Formats: sequence, C-alpha cells, structure tokens
Amino acid sequence: MASVEFQNVSKSFGAFVAVPDISFQIADGEFICLLGPSGCGKTTSLRMIAGLETPTSGRVMIGGRDVTYLHPKDRGISMVFQDYALYPHMNIADNIAYPLKVRGEQETKRHARAKEVADVLKIGDLLKRLPSQISGGQQQRTSLARALVYPSEVYLFDEPLSNLDAKLRLEARGFLNHLQRDMGMTAVYVTHDQAEAMALATRIAVMDKGRIVQFAPPIEIYRRPATTFVANFVGNPPMNLVAVEASIGEGALHLSADGLQVAPIELNDAIAKAAKAGKMTLGVRPEHLRVAGPTDHNILSGELFANENMGPESLVTLERGDNGRVTARIFTDDEIKVGTSVHLAFDARHVTLFDDSGARIPAAGER
Amino acid sequence: MQKRTQNIFVRRTVFAAAATFLGTVFALPLVWFIFAPFNARAELGLAIPSPFTLSNFATVFENTFAMQALLNSLIQAAGGVVLVGAAATLAAYALSRSPIPGKGAVTYILLLFSSVVSGSAAMVPIFLIISAAGLIDTHLAVILVFAGGLLPTAMFILRDFIDAIPRSYEESAMVAGASPLQAFFDVALPVIRPGIVVVVVWAFVNIWGSFLIPFILLRSDKLMPASVAIYSFYSEAGTPIVTLLAAYSLIYSLPVIALYLFVNWKFGFRFFGGIKS
Ligand SMILES: Nc1ncnc2c1ncn2[C@@H]1O[C@H](COP(=O)(O)OP(=O)(O)OP(=O)(O)O)[C@@H](O)[C@H]1O
Ligand SMILES: [Mg+2]
Repeated sequence: MASVEFQNVSKSFGAFVAVPDISFQIADGEFICLLGPSGCGKTTSLRMIAGLETPTSGRVMIGGRDVTYLHPKDRGISMVFQDYALYPHMNIADNIAYPLKVRGEQETKRHARAKEVADVLKIGDLLKRLPSQISGGQQQRTSLARALVYPSEVYLFDEPLSNLDAKLRLEARGFLNHLQRDMGMTAVYVTHDQAEAMALATRIAVMDKGRIVQFAPPIEIYRRPATTFVANFVGNPPMNLVAVEASIGEGALHLSADGLQVAPIELNDAIAKAAKAGKMTLGVRPEHLRVAGPTDHNILSGELFANENMGPESLVTLERGDNGRVTARIFTDDEIKVGTSVHLAFDARHVTLFDDSGARIPAAGER
Repeated sequence: MQKRTQNIFVRRTVFAAAATFLGTVFALPLVWFIFAPFNARAELGLAIPSPFTLSNFATVFENTFAMQALLNSLIQAAGGVVLVGAAATLAAYALSRSPIPGKGAVTYILLLFSSVVSGSAAMVPIFLIISAAGLIDTHLAVILVFAGGLLPTAMFILRDFIDAIPRSYEESAMVAGASPLQAFFDVALPVIRPGIVVVVVWAFVNIWGSFLIPFILLRSDKLMPASVAIYSFYSEAGTPIVTLLAAYSLIYSLPVIALYLFVNWKFGFRFFGGIKS
C-alpha cells in the first residue's frame, strides 16, 4: 500500500484543457472517491495515476516516488476500466489470472487463485466462458476480479459497479468496503453515484470541470458543502437551493423571497460581509423539511407538484411559482393532495447559506 | 387487384430470367474449368467428358518444369506473405498506436506510390535496382518486390482494423504488469489476428497470380513460378494445348482454394467482441 500525490498536475488534449490544475494528497490506506458529473475529468485523473496518460505539467507521486514518467507496469497498481477491457480471446479464468501470468505464476496456481476471487464475486461458474458469452454485469465483475487478484500498492476503480443491478451493486459495494477495512487498501474510486461515494469513501473529492471543488470526509461534504455545486450534487435528493434577497437590520440578517418566511438570522463577520451583495442562496436538505405547524417560524410554501411514496418516507415536491421547486422527505402518513398549497418548516440550525458567488458562508459560532 | 397480382408475377418472371441469364454467363467458364481437365479431347467449347479421364493430369505431372514451377510459386508466395504479414502488422500497429505527427499522410503517400511500384510503369527502375543489388534471377528478388508493392495497402487495411480496436485492451494488460511487448503478443496480436488473416490471404492471392514481375526478374527455368510456367502448355505457334492447360490450371488454382477453406475453418473471417458497447 502506498500514498498518492498530485502536484499541480494539468492535462490538455490539444487545445482542450481537461484538467487545469490539480493538487492533492492521498494517505496510505485511504479510500478516495472522485465524484463529479460526466466529463469533469475523473477518468483522465485516474489515468494519470495509472500512467496511461502523461500530465501536460506537474508531478505524480506514488509512495513518495516520482512516477510522472514511469511505465504503468512499474507503478504497482491495478485498475478496473470503465469499459471493462476484458481480453476477448481469453476465457474468464485466463482473463482474471492474466496479471498473475505476467508475474510468472504457474498455471494451476494462478487458476486456483482466479477461482477464489471469482467465487467471491459470484462468477465462479463462468470461468470457462469467453467474455462475449457473459452478461454486462458479469463482465464488470470479471474486470473487478482481475484487478483484485494480485496485491497492489494502489487500486484504481473507474465506475466498477455502474452496470450492476441494484442488489448486486449493494453486495459488491459491501464487499469493497469490507476489503478496504480488512486490508486497508489505498484506492481511488471514480463514480458519479453519490450514494456509492458516501458509503465507501474515507474522503470524497468533488470535481467540476477539471477542478476539485471540495476534498473532505463524506459527512463533512454532506453537512458543510463548500459551494452550491457540491450542495446540489450530494444528497438524495440533493439540497434545496433558494435564491433570496439579503439585508441587514436590527443586528440580524433578514432574508426574503416569494413564499419564504425566515426568522432573522444571527450575524457574524462573514455573513455581514456577504450580505452587502444583497443576494444569497439559502440551502436546506430535503430531510430537514417537515409539514409546518402553527408554532413554526421558518417556512417555505408552494403548490404541491408531486408526491412520491418511497416506503418509509414520501418525496414531496413543491412548486414555488416561477422560483423553482423544493423537495422534502416527509416521514408522516399525512395525505397531501396535488394542487393544494403546502407549507414546509425547517429549523434555523439546518440552514446553510451561500454567498453571491456560490461559496458557503460559515455559520455563526463556526471556527 | 387482379391486375396488380399479374403485374407482380410479370415483374418476378422478368427478374428471375435476367438473374438466370447473368448467373449462367458467370457459371459457364467455371463449369468448363471443372469439366475440361478430365476430358481427353477438350476444346474451348463446353462438353461433358466421355470418357472421364485423368490422362491430361498424367501428362502434366510428367512436365518437370511445370511441377517445379508450382513449388517456386509456393516459395515466392509464402516468402512474400510472411514478409508482408509481419511487416504490415508491426508498421500498422505503430502507426495506429503511437502519437507520431503526420502519420496519416505517410500512409496515404505510401499507398499512392505502391500502385506505381508493383505496376508495370516502374518495371524498368525496379529491374535496374534489383540488378544493381545483384539479385536478378533469385527468389529473393521476387519476394522483395512483391513485399514492397503490397506492403502499403496491407498496412492501410490493418491500420484501419487496429484503429477500431480499443486501446484499453493493451492498457489494461500494461496496468496489470505487462511490458509493451508482452501486451502486444498476449493481447493485441490475438485480437488483430482476423485482420492479419485477411491481409495474408489477399497478399497470397496477389503474388500467386502475378505474371509480370517474376517474368522480368527471373531467368532460369528452375525458378519460374506457375503463372509463367503455364505458357509451357502453348505450342511453338502460340496456340494453347487446351487439354493440358485446363488440367494445369485446375492444379494451379487448388492452393488458393485450399487456403480459403483452411482460413475459413481455422480462423473464420470474423471478429470477436468483448468491450462494453
Ligand atoms: N483522448 C482525449 N482527447 C480529447 N479529449 C479528451 C480525451 N479524453 C478525454 N477528453 C475530454 O476530457 C474531458 C474529461 O474526460 P474524462 O473521461 O476524464 O471524463 P469523466 O469525468 O471520466 O466522465 P464520465 O463520468 O462520463 O466517464 C471530457 O470533456 C473529454 O471529452
Ligand atoms: Mg470516465
């Protein structure tokens, strides 16, 4: 196991800048998730760790060693490819055992080991088939097995579970989680499924347009999203963002928007400074909204747009005129009818404020 | 309604008649080609052999020059095919995978010139070069000239083929610890193989049937390939001895047919999948 470090790494394809400038450090034994929308440079970053792409500038270190120009085979890594890249002419057993073959392991031994890993991933009875003769999900697990069949310094996963059905995905996720806790693997895991990132990562790097917007433990990303982009990307459903007018009066912050009622918010320096722009974004998570009662002061109102029952809770979506929609996770059995106006309440401590530029404003009493 | 059915009937009949006519026109020479060798009195006209005889073949087999020529053809074709196959595979792989600037232009220019090299227009310079190299009247001369002429097209076909194969095959091998050479032989080569097979068959057929180049570059009878030796079945006056010519032609075409069958049985002209689409 080893640490991984990017020092001011950038990557351009011709005139197109895929990754402008990234620096980060991953400690030995960390499980990092790269989370971000399609095309934000996750695969490109991963390929630079693997050595399949040479950075345009900057340095890549693995285990404290500069590997920027080192051949992939000498980096002590293993990788699951987004497109699986199974060898079409080899059967599943030979596919999984190929890394061992390259390492000079004899045939019976490497096939025994391949069978072990395949059994764990529930593809043990497909070993004699060719990749074209198994399903997409099975191909994906074969590719995962091939990456796990030998010990590596760093494991790289490019959306390794994207093609599995919900049940298998949960199982495989649990397996990876167990593996990580068991052997403390250093892993970089690309996904655009935020639930997967939350479940697996020790830290999450949220990426947008080739930059890391926030690099923090999952709970931190969830509780204190650095920008509206992160807030809007993490959480299921993501945080509700309401554009508000901000003003200061009587030593407190006053927010106003159509269908919004907020008790004055305690001031601090950061809030006072951000309020000068006159505009802010108020964020509140769907799980922190409830149907309003007579004593509530913080209220969002609108027409009911949709009411989806999810089993233990319902997803209630309000339409706030022209000001967009708000979704709440409601844990009551109250009947709410489409078209009626609904009032949702939230607590002041669950409010996250973002300034004019979308950056989070530290709340009073923080830091 | 009635009229429509009639109309369709007429159209079908006309189509079938036309197709039959065309098919016959193409089939007749083939039928002749199959029957004539077994007919002791074969003419240019089509006739069913009676009696069925192998005497034509017996005479042909006694012609040592013609038999040696078949062996020569095999040597030259095999040599050319090995050279073209190996060189085209390596060159096409490099052209496809490496980031050499202007590599597209290189292939196109080579392709353009190749039609000149193996064409008759370049016969004089080729002869001069080969003779300056002291290779006149050797198998090697024929093999080299064919390889040079066929290589650009072979490279072009193969490069297109390799371009269509995702790099992640070799990439995943290299990440798993394979050297570039290992990745090429273990992973890339087996995947490219159907393309190589196509090129090899194509090159073989080309060399096997070629007359001009060996005719000009070779002197001695014992090196001539079958495409040249076939003229030993013409009389002094220049008229073909149809019986022997037919028998020899059939023998001459067998290796090509055999190659097709073998390749189809062993590799098939196919391509396997395995990458997520
Ligand atoms: N070889 C290349 N040449 C040119 N542009 C490229 C190349 N590879 C990637 N890009 C571009 O770089 C950007 C980042 O690509 P990348 O594959 O890293 O995205 P990603 O975050 O993995 O997306 P996804 O979630 O869809 O897999 C994209 O806009 C892509 O079009
Ligand atoms: Mg990707």
